[in-house]
Amino acid sequence: MTTLSPIPAPVIQGNQIPRKRLYGIMAEFHDPAALMAAADKVRMAGFRWWDCHTPFPVHGLDQAMGIKRTILPVLVFGAGMTGTMIGFCLQAFTNAASFSIWALVWVTGYPFLISGKPLISLPAFIPVMFELTILLSALSAVGIMFLFNGLPRWNHPLLANKRFLRVTDDRFFIVIESRDPRFFASRTEQFLKDLGAKAVEMVEA
Amino acid sequence: MSSLPVNRQTALPGFQESDNTAENPGVRAPLVLNMDRFGQVTRQVCQVAESKKPPFAWYAAFTISLGLVGLLGFCVNYLIFTGVGVWGLNNPVMWAFDITNFVFWVGIGHAGTLISAILFLFRQKWRTGINRFAEAMTIFAVICAGIFPGIHVGRVWLAYWLFPIPNQMEMWPQFRSPLLWDVFAVGTYFTVSFVFWFVGMVPDLATLRDRATGRIQQFAYGLFALGWRGSNRHWHRYERAYLLLAALSTPLVLSVHSVVSFDFAVSQVPGWHTTIFPPYFVAGAIFSGFAMVVTLAVPARQLFGLKDLITLRHLDNMNKIILVTGCMVGYAYSMEFFIAWYSGAVYERFAFINRAFGQYWWAYWIMVSCNVITPQLFWFKSIRTSIPIMFALCLVVNIGMWFERFVIIVTSLANDFLPTSWDFFTPTWVDMGTMLGAFGLFGTLFLLFCRYLPMIAIAEVKATMPQANPHWSGYAAHDDHGHAGGSAQPSFASPDALRSPGSGPDGGPSAP
Repeated sequence: MTTLSPIPAPVIQGNQIPRKRLYGIMAEFHDPAALMAAADKVRMAGFRWWDCHTPFPVHGLDQAMGIKRTILPVLVFGAGMTGTMIGFCLQAFTNAASFSIWALVWVTGYPFLISGKPLISLPAFIPVMFELTILLSALSAVGIMFLFNGLPRWNHPLLANKRFLRVTDDRFFIVIESRDPRFFASRTEQFLKDLGAKAVEMVEA
Repeated sequence: MSSLPVNRQTALPGFQESDNTAENPGVRAPLVLNMDRFGQVTRQVCQVAESKKPPFAWYAAFTISLGLVGLLGFCVNYLIFTGVGVWGLNNPVMWAFDITNFVFWVGIGHAGTLISAILFLFRQKWRTGINRFAEAMTIFAVICAGIFPGIHVGRVWLAYWLFPIPNQMEMWPQFRSPLLWDVFAVGTYFTVSFVFWFVGMVPDLATLRDRATGRIQQFAYGLFALGWRGSNRHWHRYERAYLLLAALSTPLVLSVHSVVSFDFAVSQVPGWHTTIFPPYFVAGAIFSGFAMVVTLAVPARQLFGLKDLITLRHLDNMNKIILVTGCMVGYAYSMEFFIAWYSGAVYERFAFINRAFGQYWWAYWIMVSCNVITPQLFWFKSIRTSIPIMFALCLVVNIGMWFERFVIIVTSLANDFLPTSWDFFTPTWVDMGTMLGAFGLFGTLFLLFCRYLPMIAIAEVKATMPQANPHWSGYAAHDDHGHAGGSAQPSFASPDALRSPGSGPDGGPSAP
């Protein structure tokens, strides 16, 4: 087992090091099975501020980590329905209304009479309503996903770590952050080593 | 790590090392050949973007494509400065090459969305090898498609009238027109396809970022990777969002070509005014799109050494889809004819007889022979798995599908209700130049994509490897580093039921 510590070793004594300098401790694994087993143990040890980092989504890791289902789909449904309403109101106003509203400038609808069809001809409005539903749902799904994930974020302690570069290639990591109430540098380091990590390393903040 | 073993066999029982097209019920066909380490997949895909120089053929193709883009620019400018009269349009053939090309290119795009969305919902894991560049193809095809109605409006500088922009003239688009539905359908389609493509690419851009050595590459890939760090809490939401995108894109892709077909079906022109159009257009779109994917995949896998990721099985599967959709298209052609006779409408009946035997008979028979007869050859496995033959057949299908749109549009318009107003459409050099130029634009964008972006969804391919299964226990016992700490390995090392003993990655028995 290899242990690389970029931070001078003597500093780590109990919980003595200043919290700010240490982002957390990182444990490296070489295959999903080992990671899953370890993640299970980290969760059971009661840590809260920790995460697994993998090159691809590992099936079943969510359960092992105890991640709750995201509410993203509910929000996306709301956005989709908003799109439907926007689609209807847009068409009903521009093609059937004769009053004015303020939309950046004061604008007035124009009642188009086409072949004697009703002004609000819902069947003809459906394609645009549908497209706007999809558009708003898709954009909100992606936007909310990135928002909840705190991305884009171009600076992160982990991104500055040499060993962590392989997380997008073929390495699997567990990172326990120093802000976790159960975090004690030396004890957590030993804990991760005992989980069968191939390497354990301090990550500077 | 220095101890990465190379070139271990991944052959499963019933499958050759380089041929995974065999059908062996009970054993999942391998989708990644000759590789059993995740790092090998990363290197295989990234070497394309990381190599100092692309192959010579890339330069040759790029030069030609760029030349055609120049032609496109010239033709479009000539059109704008002179007027749409430079095209061969006449009264009654007001739509010809422009709309033919528009429908053709939108159709090409459909295969990309089908692969990325519909095959995803059906859990077709083989899609991972081809989805990235098929999605790229979609986006570039829609860009090409967008040009044509844009320049066809005549007064290009008023193209913004297509959008409901707040204005004080009480001037709004007419929302009961299918042409306006088209604006929204194609606009949404482009946006959602682009977002889908980009979101799928973020983890792979992070891979390129982490491997990049040059400052420019680090900055550019880093910028678009958005700081992705593979967090599982991120993956959780990411997978949800991706699933939602797939579920949203599926009805979207079906709606887009349906709406495009409304441009015709909602009108009253004989030959256009048929209810079969929406499904018929969608089937044709998928048919032509898959033909284009194969046309692009065959040279790309050859040129960039991706044969182990875009395997013969992928191509075989795509050829099967071409066969199925080809049959649907053939059915639609015959059903159109049947209904034309059965409806008893004289104009409709004339329109179809005129299509097959009138002044454009040659276009009709090119269409039928390319789209109905050619794909029938794909019933034979030897043809489905022969690279040169499938490439040739797919080119033929592409040509056939272009002619299908030409036949629908031009024959119906040229000979409509009043014989006194009939005319014959002949394309001018500007028509030809614009059409070729669009192919050049498509080629240029695609070649740039191949050169600089991850052509294959690295993360997704890795996730389909048997090694990605947390219950897989293949090379655990042989790992040089051993398993210190006695982690839960034994309890997780249940043998994969599908792997027979002796099929371990290096020929030895699988653990435990």
